[in-house]
Amino acid sequence: MDLIAELEAEQIKALGKDIPDFKAGDTIRVGYKVTEGSRTRVQNYEGVCIARKGGNGIDASFTVRKISFGEGVERVFPLYSTNIDSITVVRRGRVRRSKLYYLRTRRGKAARIAEDTHYKPKKAGPARTEN
Amino acid sequence: MRSGIIARKVGMTRLFMEDGKQIPVTVLQLDNLQVIARRTAEKDGYTAVQLGAGTAKAKRVSKAMRGHFAKANVAPKRKIAEFRVAPENLLEVGAEISAEHFVEGQKVDVSGTSIGKGFAGAMKRHNFGGLRASHGVSISHRSHGSTGQCQDPGKVFKGKKMAGHMGAVRVTTQNLEVVRTDPERGLIMVKGAVPGSRGGWVTVKDAVKKKLPEGVPFPAGLKTTARAKPATAAESDQGAPAETPEGGNEE
Repeated sequence: MDLIAELEAEQIKALGKDIPDFKAGDTIRVGYKVTEGSRTRVQNYEGVCIARKGGNGIDASFTVRKISFGEGVERVFPLYSTNIDSITVVRRGRVRRSKLYYLRTRRGKAARIAEDTHYKPKKAGPARTEN
Repeated sequence: MRSGIIARKVGMTRLFMEDGKQIPVTVLQLDNLQVIARRTAEKDGYTAVQLGAGTAKAKRVSKAMRGHFAKANVAPKRKIAEFRVAPENLLEVGAEISAEHFVEGQKVDVSGTSIGKGFAGAMKRHNFGGLRASHGVSISHRSHGSTGQCQDPGKVFKGKKMAGHMGAVRVTTQNLEVVRTDPERGLIMVKGAVPGSRGGWVTVKDAVKKKLPEGVPFPAGLKTTARAKPATAAESDQGAPAETPEGGNEE
Protein backbone atom coordinates (compact mmCIF):
# COMPACT_ATOMS: atom_id res chain seq x y z
CA MET A 1 0.00 0.00 0.00
CA ASP A 2 1.46 3.34 -0.91
CA LEU A 3 1.71 6.12 1.62
CA ILE A 4 -1.26 8.14 0.37
CA ALA A 5 -3.56 5.09 0.51
CA GLU A 6 -2.24 4.35 3.98
CA LEU A 7 -2.97 7.88 5.19
CA GLU A 8 -6.46 7.78 3.69
CA ALA A 9 -7.23 4.41 5.28
CA GLU A 10 -6.06 5.78 8.62
CA GLN A 11 -8.24 8.82 8.29
CA ILE A 12 -11.31 6.76 7.39
CA LYS A 13 -10.67 4.69 10.49
CA ALA A 14 -10.17 7.76 12.64
CA LEU A 15 -13.38 9.37 11.39
CA GLY A 16 -15.22 6.22 12.47
CA LYS A 17 -18.19 6.78 10.19
CA ASP A 18 -20.90 4.16 10.05
CA ILE A 19 -21.87 4.22 6.40
CA PRO A 20 -24.71 1.91 5.38
CA ASP A 21 -24.56 -0.19 2.26
CA PHE A 22 -26.37 1.81 -0.41
CA LYS A 23 -26.14 2.22 -4.14
CA ALA A 24 -27.65 4.26 -6.94
CA GLY A 25 -31.43 3.81 -7.03
CA ASP A 26 -31.83 3.67 -3.27
CA THR A 27 -33.84 6.34 -1.53
CA ILE A 28 -31.76 7.72 1.30
CA ARG A 29 -32.07 10.29 4.04
CA VAL A 30 -29.00 12.36 4.82
CA GLY A 31 -28.78 14.22 8.12
CA TYR A 32 -26.65 17.25 7.33
CA LYS A 33 -25.32 19.57 10.00
CA VAL A 34 -26.26 23.18 9.37
CA THR A 35 -24.73 26.03 11.32
CA GLU A 36 -26.93 29.08 11.83
CA GLY A 37 -25.08 31.75 13.71
CA SER A 38 -23.71 29.92 16.70
CA ARG A 39 -25.98 26.91 16.98
CA THR A 40 -25.98 23.87 14.76
CA ARG A 41 -28.86 21.63 13.90
CA VAL A 42 -29.35 18.61 11.68
CA GLN A 43 -31.25 19.08 8.47
CA ASN A 44 -32.66 16.06 6.69
CA TYR A 45 -32.37 15.75 2.96
CA GLU A 46 -34.23 12.82 1.45
CA GLY A 47 -34.11 11.70 -2.15
CA VAL A 48 -32.91 9.14 -4.65
CA CYS A 49 -29.21 8.42 -4.78
CA ILE A 50 -28.47 8.75 -8.49
CA ALA A 51 -24.69 8.30 -8.42
CA ARG A 52 -21.86 7.11 -6.24
CA LYS A 53 -18.33 8.10 -7.11
CA GLY A 54 -14.91 7.22 -5.82
CA GLY A 55 -15.71 3.80 -4.36
CA ASN A 56 -15.11 3.62 -0.62
CA GLY A 57 -12.06 5.89 -0.56
CA ILE A 58 -11.75 9.19 1.27
CA ASP A 59 -12.54 11.07 -1.94
CA ALA A 60 -15.83 9.24 -2.44
CA SER A 61 -19.03 11.19 -2.92
CA PHE A 62 -22.66 10.51 -3.75
CA THR A 63 -25.40 12.49 -5.44
CA VAL A 64 -28.94 12.70 -4.06
CA ARG A 65 -31.77 13.95 -6.25
CA LYS A 66 -35.17 15.02 -5.09
CA ILE A 67 -38.07 17.05 -6.40
CA SER A 68 -38.47 20.12 -4.23
CA PHE A 69 -41.55 22.28 -4.87
CA GLY A 70 -41.77 20.94 -8.40
CA GLU A 71 -38.13 21.65 -9.13
CA GLY A 72 -35.46 18.98 -9.39
CA VAL A 73 -32.67 19.48 -6.86
CA GLU A 74 -29.42 17.55 -6.71
CA ARG A 75 -26.87 17.66 -3.94
CA VAL A 76 -23.46 16.06 -3.92
CA PHE A 77 -22.20 14.93 -0.52
CA PRO A 78 -18.69 13.78 0.29
CA LEU A 79 -19.15 10.30 1.73
CA TYR A 80 -16.89 10.92 4.73
CA SER A 81 -17.85 14.54 5.34
CA THR A 82 -17.82 15.50 8.99
CA ASN A 83 -20.91 17.59 8.25
CA ILE A 84 -22.94 14.45 7.64
CA ASP A 85 -24.63 13.36 10.83
CA SER A 86 -26.26 10.21 9.51
CA ILE A 87 -27.17 8.36 6.35
CA THR A 88 -30.21 6.09 6.43
CA VAL A 89 -31.56 3.96 3.63
CA VAL A 90 -35.30 4.51 3.32
CA ARG A 91 -36.01 2.25 0.36
CA ARG A 92 -33.99 -0.10 -1.82
CA GLY A 93 -34.42 0.45 -5.52
CA ARG A 94 -33.89 -2.00 -8.36
CA VAL A 95 -31.96 -0.34 -11.18
CA ARG A 96 -29.75 -1.64 -13.97
CA ARG A 97 -27.11 1.04 -14.15
CA SER A 98 -24.76 2.73 -11.71
CA LYS A 99 -25.49 6.32 -12.72
CA LEU A 100 -29.15 7.33 -13.00
CA TYR A 101 -28.66 10.57 -14.89
CA TYR A 102 -31.59 9.62 -17.14
CA LEU A 103 -33.89 10.57 -14.26
CA ARG A 104 -33.10 14.23 -14.95
CA THR A 105 -35.15 14.18 -18.12
CA ARG A 106 -38.07 12.36 -16.55
CA ARG A 107 -40.91 13.55 -14.36
CA GLY A 108 -43.52 11.92 -12.19
CA LYS A 109 -44.56 8.42 -13.16
CA ALA A 110 -41.71 7.97 -15.63
CA ALA A 111 -39.15 8.69 -12.91
CA ARG A 112 -40.29 5.87 -10.65
CA ILE A 113 -37.86 3.21 -9.51
CA ALA A 114 -39.07 -0.30 -8.69
CA GLU A 115 -38.41 -1.48 -5.17
CA ASP A 116 -35.79 -4.14 -4.69
CA THR A 117 -37.54 -6.73 -2.58
CA HIS A 118 -34.73 -9.24 -2.80
CA TYR A 119 -32.08 -7.08 -1.17
CA LYS A 120 -29.43 -9.03 0.70
CA PRO A 121 -26.96 -7.19 2.92
CA LYS A 122 -23.36 -7.60 1.86
CA LYS A 123 -20.91 -9.23 4.21
CA ALA A 124 -19.24 -6.35 5.98
CA GLY A 125 -15.69 -7.74 6.03
CA PRO A 126 -14.26 -8.21 2.55
CA ALA A 127 -16.06 -5.31 0.88
CA ARG A 128 -13.95 -2.68 2.65
CA THR A 129 -10.54 -4.35 2.63
CA GLU A 130 -9.75 -3.98 -1.07
CA ASN A 131 -9.70 -0.21 -0.73
CA MET B 1 16.82 33.06 9.32
CA ARG B 2 16.35 29.31 9.73
CA SER B 3 17.33 26.53 7.44
CA GLY B 4 14.79 25.14 5.01
CA ILE B 5 14.28 21.45 4.33
CA ILE B 6 14.38 19.10 1.37
CA ALA B 7 11.28 16.93 0.99
CA ARG B 8 9.82 14.51 -1.47
CA LYS B 9 6.36 15.16 -2.82
CA VAL B 10 4.29 12.06 -2.07
CA GLY B 11 0.96 13.16 -3.51
CA MET B 12 -2.27 14.88 -2.64
CA THR B 13 -5.22 13.91 -0.50
CA ARG B 14 -7.85 15.63 1.60
CA LEU B 15 -8.40 16.07 5.30
CA PHE B 16 -11.80 16.33 6.95
CA MET B 17 -11.72 18.65 9.92
CA GLU B 18 -14.02 18.54 12.95
CA ASP B 19 -15.81 21.74 11.93
CA GLY B 20 -16.97 20.18 8.66
CA LYS B 21 -14.33 21.76 6.48
CA GLN B 22 -12.28 19.74 4.04
CA ILE B 23 -8.74 20.78 3.27
CA PRO B 24 -6.87 19.66 0.16
CA VAL B 25 -3.33 18.85 1.22
CA THR B 26 -0.07 17.86 -0.42
CA VAL B 27 1.88 15.29 1.54
CA LEU B 28 5.62 15.94 1.72
CA GLN B 29 8.01 13.41 3.16
CA LEU B 30 11.37 13.97 4.83
CA ASP B 31 13.70 11.14 3.98
CA ASN B 32 16.97 10.89 5.97
CA LEU B 33 17.38 14.63 5.90
CA GLN B 34 20.82 15.42 7.31
CA VAL B 35 23.30 18.24 7.41
CA ILE B 36 26.30 17.27 5.28
CA ALA B 37 28.33 20.48 5.33
CA ARG B 38 28.26 24.02 6.58
CA ARG B 39 29.51 27.29 5.22
CA THR B 40 30.98 29.66 7.73
CA ALA B 41 31.77 33.33 7.46
CA GLU B 42 35.54 32.95 8.08
CA LYS B 43 35.99 30.15 5.54
CA ASP B 44 33.39 30.86 2.85
CA GLY B 45 32.32 34.42 3.51
CA TYR B 46 28.71 33.52 4.23
CA THR B 47 26.81 31.20 6.53
CA ALA B 48 24.73 28.33 5.21
CA VAL B 49 24.02 24.67 5.75
CA GLN B 50 24.17 22.04 3.06
CA LEU B 51 21.49 19.39 3.49
CA GLY B 52 21.16 16.01 1.85
CA ALA B 53 18.04 13.85 1.54
CA GLY B 54 17.12 10.39 0.35
CA THR B 55 19.48 7.46 -0.03
CA ALA B 56 21.75 6.83 -3.00
CA LYS B 57 23.61 3.66 -3.85
CA ALA B 58 27.26 4.18 -2.97
CA LYS B 59 28.44 2.73 -6.30
CA ARG B 60 26.31 5.21 -8.26
CA VAL B 61 27.80 8.19 -6.46
CA SER B 62 30.87 9.83 -7.95
CA LYS B 63 34.16 9.43 -6.14
CA ALA B 64 34.31 13.12 -5.32
CA MET B 65 30.85 13.09 -3.76
CA ARG B 66 31.65 9.89 -1.90
CA GLY B 67 34.55 11.69 -0.29
CA HIS B 68 32.30 14.61 0.54
CA PHE B 69 29.77 12.34 2.27
CA ALA B 70 32.54 10.43 4.04
CA LYS B 71 33.91 13.68 5.46
CA ALA B 72 30.50 14.43 6.96
CA ASN B 73 30.21 10.82 8.11
CA VAL B 74 26.75 10.37 6.52
CA ALA B 75 25.36 7.85 4.03
CA PRO B 76 25.28 8.98 0.37
CA LYS B 77 22.29 11.19 -0.43
CA ARG B 78 20.15 11.52 -3.53
CA LYS B 79 19.42 15.22 -3.32
CA ILE B 80 21.56 18.03 -1.99
CA ALA B 81 20.60 21.64 -1.39
CA GLU B 82 22.10 24.57 0.43
CA PHE B 83 20.15 26.95 2.65
CA ARG B 84 21.39 30.32 3.85
CA VAL B 85 21.03 30.66 7.59
CA ALA B 86 21.85 33.25 10.21
CA PRO B 87 25.18 32.51 11.98
CA GLU B 88 23.40 31.58 15.22
CA ASN B 89 21.23 29.05 13.37
CA LEU B 90 24.09 27.01 11.93
CA LEU B 91 23.60 23.29 12.47
CA GLU B 92 26.04 20.55 13.38
CA VAL B 93 27.19 18.34 10.53
CA GLY B 94 25.34 15.02 10.69
CA ALA B 95 22.32 16.44 12.50
CA GLU B 96 19.04 14.98 11.27
CA ILE B 97 16.11 17.34 10.75
CA SER B 98 12.62 16.12 11.59
CA ALA B 99 9.15 17.20 10.54
CA GLU B 100 8.85 19.12 13.80
CA HIS B 101 10.93 21.80 12.09
CA PHE B 102 7.61 23.35 11.04
CA VAL B 103 4.63 23.92 13.31
CA GLU B 104 0.99 23.55 12.38
CA GLY B 105 -0.57 26.72 11.11
CA GLN B 106 2.73 28.12 9.91
CA LYS B 107 3.09 29.53 6.40
CA VAL B 108 5.82 28.17 4.15
CA ASP B 109 7.21 28.72 0.66
CA VAL B 110 7.64 25.57 -1.40
CA SER B 111 9.96 25.44 -4.43
CA GLY B 112 10.22 22.70 -6.98
CA THR B 113 10.56 21.96 -10.66
CA SER B 114 7.17 22.26 -12.31
CA ILE B 115 5.82 19.53 -14.57
CA GLY B 116 7.11 19.97 -18.13
CA LYS B 117 4.44 20.77 -20.72
CA GLY B 118 6.68 20.64 -23.79
CA PHE B 119 6.11 23.08 -26.66
CA ALA B 120 2.86 24.80 -25.70
CA GLY B 121 0.74 27.25 -27.67
CA ALA B 122 0.01 30.82 -26.60
CA MET B 123 -3.41 29.91 -25.18
CA LYS B 124 -2.03 27.34 -22.78
CA ARG B 125 1.24 29.12 -22.04
CA HIS B 126 0.07 32.70 -21.59
CA ASN B 127 -3.71 32.35 -21.23
CA PHE B 128 -4.37 34.05 -24.56
CA GLY B 129 -7.95 33.96 -25.79
CA GLY B 130 -7.32 32.54 -29.21
CA LEU B 131 -9.30 33.46 -32.29
CA ARG B 132 -13.02 33.11 -32.94
CA ALA B 133 -14.70 29.83 -33.63
CA SER B 134 -16.41 31.15 -36.76
CA HIS B 135 -16.72 34.44 -38.72
CA GLY B 136 -14.14 33.46 -41.29
CA VAL B 137 -11.40 32.17 -39.00
CA SER B 138 -9.69 29.31 -40.78
CA ILE B 139 -7.40 26.72 -39.20
CA SER B 140 -5.98 29.20 -36.67
CA HIS B 141 -8.54 29.06 -33.83
CA ARG B 142 -5.88 28.65 -31.15
CA SER B 143 -3.24 30.99 -32.60
CA HIS B 144 -1.91 34.09 -30.83
CA GLY B 145 -3.06 36.65 -33.39
CA SER B 146 -1.10 39.82 -34.10
CA THR B 147 2.40 40.19 -32.72
CA GLY B 148 2.84 43.93 -33.19
CA GLN B 149 2.29 47.06 -35.29
CA CYS B 150 3.38 47.90 -38.90
CA GLN B 151 6.42 49.36 -40.69
CA ASP B 152 6.96 51.49 -37.61
CA PRO B 153 8.48 49.87 -35.48
CA GLY B 154 8.95 47.21 -38.16
CA LYS B 155 9.91 44.49 -35.74
CA VAL B 156 8.45 42.27 -33.07
CA PHE B 157 9.38 43.56 -29.64
CA LYS B 158 11.61 41.43 -27.49
CA GLY B 159 9.80 39.47 -24.83
CA LYS B 160 6.61 39.16 -26.92
CA LYS B 161 4.54 36.36 -25.45
CA MET B 162 4.44 33.54 -27.96
CA ALA B 163 4.24 29.77 -28.13
CA GLY B 164 7.23 27.90 -26.80
CA HIS B 165 8.55 25.61 -24.15
CA MET B 166 6.46 25.57 -21.00
CA GLY B 167 7.03 24.07 -17.59
CA ALA B 168 10.05 22.22 -16.19
CA VAL B 169 11.28 25.41 -14.53
CA ARG B 170 11.86 26.17 -10.88
CA VAL B 171 8.64 27.50 -9.37
CA THR B 172 8.04 28.77 -5.85
CA THR B 173 4.57 28.71 -4.35
CA GLN B 174 4.38 31.18 -1.50
CA ASN B 175 2.44 31.23 1.77
CA LEU B 176 1.15 27.67 1.88
CA GLU B 177 -0.20 26.67 5.27
CA VAL B 178 1.22 23.72 7.19
CA VAL B 179 -1.92 21.82 8.19
CA ARG B 180 -0.41 18.85 9.95
CA THR B 181 2.96 17.33 10.73
CA ASP B 182 3.79 13.72 11.53
CA PRO B 183 7.32 13.54 12.99
CA GLU B 184 7.26 9.74 13.32
CA ARG B 185 6.94 9.17 9.60
CA GLY B 186 8.53 12.48 8.67
CA LEU B 187 5.45 13.88 6.96
CA ILE B 188 4.41 17.48 6.43
CA MET B 189 0.96 18.21 5.06
CA VAL B 190 0.71 21.51 3.27
CA LYS B 191 -2.56 23.08 2.17
CA GLY B 192 -2.92 23.29 -1.59
CA ALA B 193 -0.79 22.25 -4.50
CA VAL B 194 2.99 22.20 -4.72
CA PRO B 195 5.08 22.47 -7.91
CA GLY B 196 6.33 19.28 -9.51
CA SER B 197 5.22 15.73 -10.02
CA ARG B 198 4.76 13.02 -7.44
CA GLY B 199 8.10 11.69 -6.27
CA GLY B 200 9.83 14.95 -7.13
CA TRP B 201 12.06 16.86 -4.75
CA VAL B 202 10.95 20.18 -3.32
CA THR B 203 12.46 22.58 -0.82
CA VAL B 204 10.34 24.03 1.97
CA LYS B 205 11.28 27.26 3.73
CA ASP B 206 9.64 29.61 6.20
CA ALA B 207 7.46 32.07 4.28
CA VAL B 208 9.38 35.25 3.50
CA LYS B 209 6.24 37.38 3.42
CA LYS B 210 4.73 36.19 6.70
CA LYS B 211 5.86 36.51 10.29
CA LEU B 212 7.14 33.38 11.99
CA PRO B 213 4.63 32.13 14.56
CA GLU B 214 5.45 31.38 18.18
CA GLY B 215 6.87 27.98 19.05
CA VAL B 216 8.96 27.45 15.95
CA PRO B 217 12.09 25.51 16.97
CA PHE B 218 15.44 27.28 16.73
CA PRO B 219 17.93 26.67 15.19
CA ALA B 220 15.98 23.76 13.66
CA GLY B 221 13.68 20.87 14.57
CA LEU B 222 16.25 18.13 15.00
CA LYS B 223 15.48 14.46 15.40
CA THR B 224 17.88 13.37 18.11
CA THR B 225 20.79 15.38 19.34
CA ALA B 226 22.54 12.14 20.37
CA ARG B 227 23.39 11.24 16.80
CA ALA B 228 24.56 14.72 15.92
CA LYS B 229 27.25 15.03 18.59
CA PRO B 230 29.98 12.57 17.45
CA ALA B 231 29.76 13.52 13.77
CA THR B 232 30.88 17.10 14.24
CA ALA B 233 34.60 16.47 14.64
CA ALA B 234 35.37 16.97 10.95
CA GLU B 235 34.19 20.56 10.69
CA SER B 236 35.52 23.67 12.32
CA ASP B 237 33.94 25.43 15.28
CA GLN B 238 30.83 27.61 15.27
CA GLY B 239 31.03 30.71 13.11
CA ALA B 240 31.61 33.83 15.19
CA PRO B 241 28.73 36.31 15.00
CA ALA B 242 31.22 39.21 14.97
CA GLU B 243 32.02 38.64 11.26
CA THR B 244 30.31 41.72 9.88
CA PRO B 245 30.90 42.49 6.17
CA GLU B 246 29.75 39.23 4.53
CA GLY B 247 27.48 37.92 7.25
CA GLY B 248 25.74 41.28 7.57
CA ASN B 249 24.37 41.69 4.05
CA GLU B 250 22.90 38.19 4.17
CA GLU B 251 20.51 39.00 6.98
